[in-house]
Amino acid sequence: MLYAILSTFLVAAIAPTVHRVTGRSSGWVLGLLPAALFVYFLSFLPAVSSGESIVLVWPWLPGLDIQLSFLVDGLSLLFALLISGIGFFIVTYAGRYLEGHRDLGRFYVIILAFMGSMLGLVLADNLVAMFVFWELTSITSYLLIGYNHENADARKYALQGLFVTVGGGLALLAGIIMLAMAGGSWELSEILNNGDVVREHALYLPLLLLILLGAFTKSAQVPFHFWLPRAMAAPTPVSAYLHSATMVKAGVYLMARLNPSLGGTDIWFTTLALFGAVTMFTGVFLAFRSTGVKKVLAYSTVMALGTLTMLIGIGTETALMAAMAFLLAHSLYKGALFMVAGILDHEAGAKDFLQTGGLRSALPVTAAFAILAALSLGGVIPLFGFVAKELMLEAVLEAPSLGGILALLAVLTAILGVAVAAIVGIRPWFGARVETPKTPHHDAPVAMLAGPAVLASLGLIFGLGPGLADQGLVNAAAASVQGAPVDGYLSLWHGINWPLAISAFSLVAGGVLYWRWEQARRALAWVDRAAEYGPEKGYFKMMDGLVWISEWQTRVLQNGYLRYYVIVIVVMTAGLVGFTAQLFGVGVGSLNLERLEVHEMAILAILVASMLYAVLTRSRLGGVAALGSLGFTVALVYVLYSAADVGITQVLVETLTVILLVLVLFRLPGFLNLSSTALRIRDAGIALVMGGMITLLILSTLDARLFPSISQYFIDESVPSGYGRNIVNVVLVDFRALDTLGEIFVLALAAIGVYAMIRFRAEDRR
Amino acid sequence: MNMHSLILRTAGHFLLPLLLLFSVFLLLRGHDEPGGGFIGGLVAAAAIVLYLFSMDIQSARKVLRVDPRDVLGTGMVLAVISAIPGVFRGQPFFTAQWWEFTAPLFGEIKLSTVLIFDIGVYLVVIGSVLTIMLTLAEAEE
Repeated sequence: MLYAILSTFLVAAIAPTVHRVTGRSSGWVLGLLPAALFVYFLSFLPAVSSGESIVLVWPWLPGLDIQLSFLVDGLSLLFALLISGIGFFIVTYAGRYLEGHRDLGRFYVIILAFMGSMLGLVLADNLVAMFVFWELTSITSYLLIGYNHENADARKYALQGLFVTVGGGLALLAGIIMLAMAGGSWELSEILNNGDVVREHALYLPLLLLILLGAFTKSAQVPFHFWLPRAMAAPTPVSAYLHSATMVKAGVYLMARLNPSLGGTDIWFTTLALFGAVTMFTGVFLAFRSTGVKKVLAYSTVMALGTLTMLIGIGTETALMAAMAFLLAHSLYKGALFMVAGILDHEAGAKDFLQTGGLRSALPVTAAFAILAALSLGGVIPLFGFVAKELMLEAVLEAPSLGGILALLAVLTAILGVAVAAIVGIRPWFGARVETPKTPHHDAPVAMLAGPAVLASLGLIFGLGPGLADQGLVNAAAASVQGAPVDGYLSLWHGINWPLAISAFSLVAGGVLYWRWEQARRALAWVDRAAEYGPEKGYFKMMDGLVWISEWQTRVLQNGYLRYYVIVIVVMTAGLVGFTAQLFGVGVGSLNLERLEVHEMAILAILVASMLYAVLTRSRLGGVAALGSLGFTVALVYVLYSAADVGITQVLVETLTVILLVLVLFRLPGFLNLSSTALRIRDAGIALVMGGMITLLILSTLDARLFPSISQYFIDESVPSGYGRNIVNVVLVDFRALDTLGEIFVLALAAIGVYAMIRFRAEDRR
Repeated sequence: MNMHSLILRTAGHFLLPLLLLFSVFLLLRGHDEPGGGFIGGLVAAAAIVLYLFSMDIQSARKVLRVDPRDVLGTGMVLAVISAIPGVFRGQPFFTAQWWEFTAPLFGEIKLSTVLIFDIGVYLVVIGSVLTIMLTLAEAEE
């Protein structure tokens, strides 16, 4: 499992090379990876569909209870199969769709890395690992949405998606930390069995709200729905992938995943059902009003996400079955339709439904599968979308409360959904031939047709034989969402009942709406004006505020005067250290000067003398030299107390620092006395405070012991477990290697910072 | 930048290889005796800086052959890579792995991910110090 997820990142790293070598067929070659992963995940199917859940563990940071553990159960397997399966079609599709694009190699890198992050997210059992993958999907999707980075809109809306989802991610981080505290474990598999404890916990409400904020932003629930259609700035394969089975469903996944431990309360039901239902209706309403091909599909994705949220909120067995069936149905038809949208754009140059019409004869195969997928979107018998919709309506009618409002919104959504399906499935293909920007000469290539064909056909196969989907995985998935086995089943024909009546009614009403589409759009034109005051306005306002605050704090704190930076840092440090010492009641030890040797006194004298010279001198070079001498004397102290390594390092660093200072000195203007006496007294005061604080701190370590010393451990363990006699080095590169890694990162960043600062200034001057 | 000092220039020529060799020596012995990647890296960087002072920037860059930023990046990559093998043996991230074997002429040789990590540190130190130094020295001109 670990290798499966790692392989996506490894292949991502070599993807540009593969692309260069294989040229035109790179899509098929790289598509082998998701295909192999799909087969690998299929191998879990027998065990999982018989109700097992498998936990695989790799230790990571055992000291912090962080491990790389994976949980394979119905829910995660359903997602993993969708991600890898649709991923295969996306990669092969993109190989043709973006053929000749100069950044195609880069595209493979990001899409494969995204796929790996997404798989990690749905399979992770450890909360920290899950969060890391969650953020990785945000970052990689940012790169994907902004793929056409020369387009200002693409950059802007990629950033918008990033801010909304990462902002939610921050809330989620706080939420999962609380969840781990409440559930008593970082492992999902344990937390899910601790539902009662979590629901009774005092932190339940805050942690629920924070986690939901994370899920709602990611899954574009109202009022965060605006980023999703904007993300259509991405190339079509990205939209097809991000908005069918992945990225935007991550939030839904999270809610479904946590249902056994968080669900079942009133607040869970009310929040999810209401937000979900409103999102569902808003999505389909806006989809009906739009004319852009991808925009209609994007808004109908918002509708689907709302439906899923609502169903998870309702939480009855029927609702959860409906949610999982709908999830599968939506992934299939939406993946297919987005790919069809790409074909329309690629072959006919059409990005708007108004530019299309009568393309049936020019693109016969595309048209056939598009219509099939659209029928599933509209929930027409005998497609799988129908099975899912019937179950959804049944669940809504059975909802324990809020029944009226949920049912109303569901019926309206069903009607508008049919109209939207008609826009997608009828408008481009039938009627009079409309002149498209490009005249299609032939149908789309195989690589681009494979996805829509297979996904749309699966919608039909699962519709005719719902048992396949049901026994295969949907049941197991619903069971893991419920936290208990389910005994419902999917079927095409439920007999004559209310859901069927609603379906039939919505077919007729939706058809009428489609017939009157033009008039309806005109009648709804006022929404555009209203939308200017919508949540997106709030987003832009917030971003402006953010920029304003950072400008303000830059003016105040980072005004370019080094002395102020130093003052702020020193005063803050002294203040915080002093406060902490006060808090813990650290006492000051007594200094015993009796055993001071003559040579030690001599070193001390040199130290004090260099220090005084450095402070009092009026020559800059003299100051640097005095600081150097100070440093070398400190090195001498280290050597005296047999810390050879530290001594050597100190000497070397001191040497290089002096050289560096000398290099910089050349660039400084002449020595001027700019500060007044008062200022200098203030600075001296600050310096004394800091120095005094450090002195007191060191004195306090003489006899205060808040924790047992760990030196003995290092001394004992250095040879047996570190295989080295130089304890300092063993600590640096083995026992504390993670710290060292952090330090060299800082070092590298500092070097790059200096480089950038000086280089860019030099370029500015030119 | 050129100090125009014949003594420094001649000394720089001879000291550079010696110091570099010494830095590698420090790096390799670091696990048992004083030394290690950080110290070795500083010595190597100091050697190049000395050369820079005795000659000029062009010759310093030439003697370095590669851009110090590449050295920096390679070092970071090595350090990160060294953390991974432990995971494949089912141990925590960053667990050191050791391979011991005897080779003719050399006697017993101990190789480890720790060494890879130390080489990474060595390269990062050289890369950062030289990036800063060379940039500053170039800005001079």
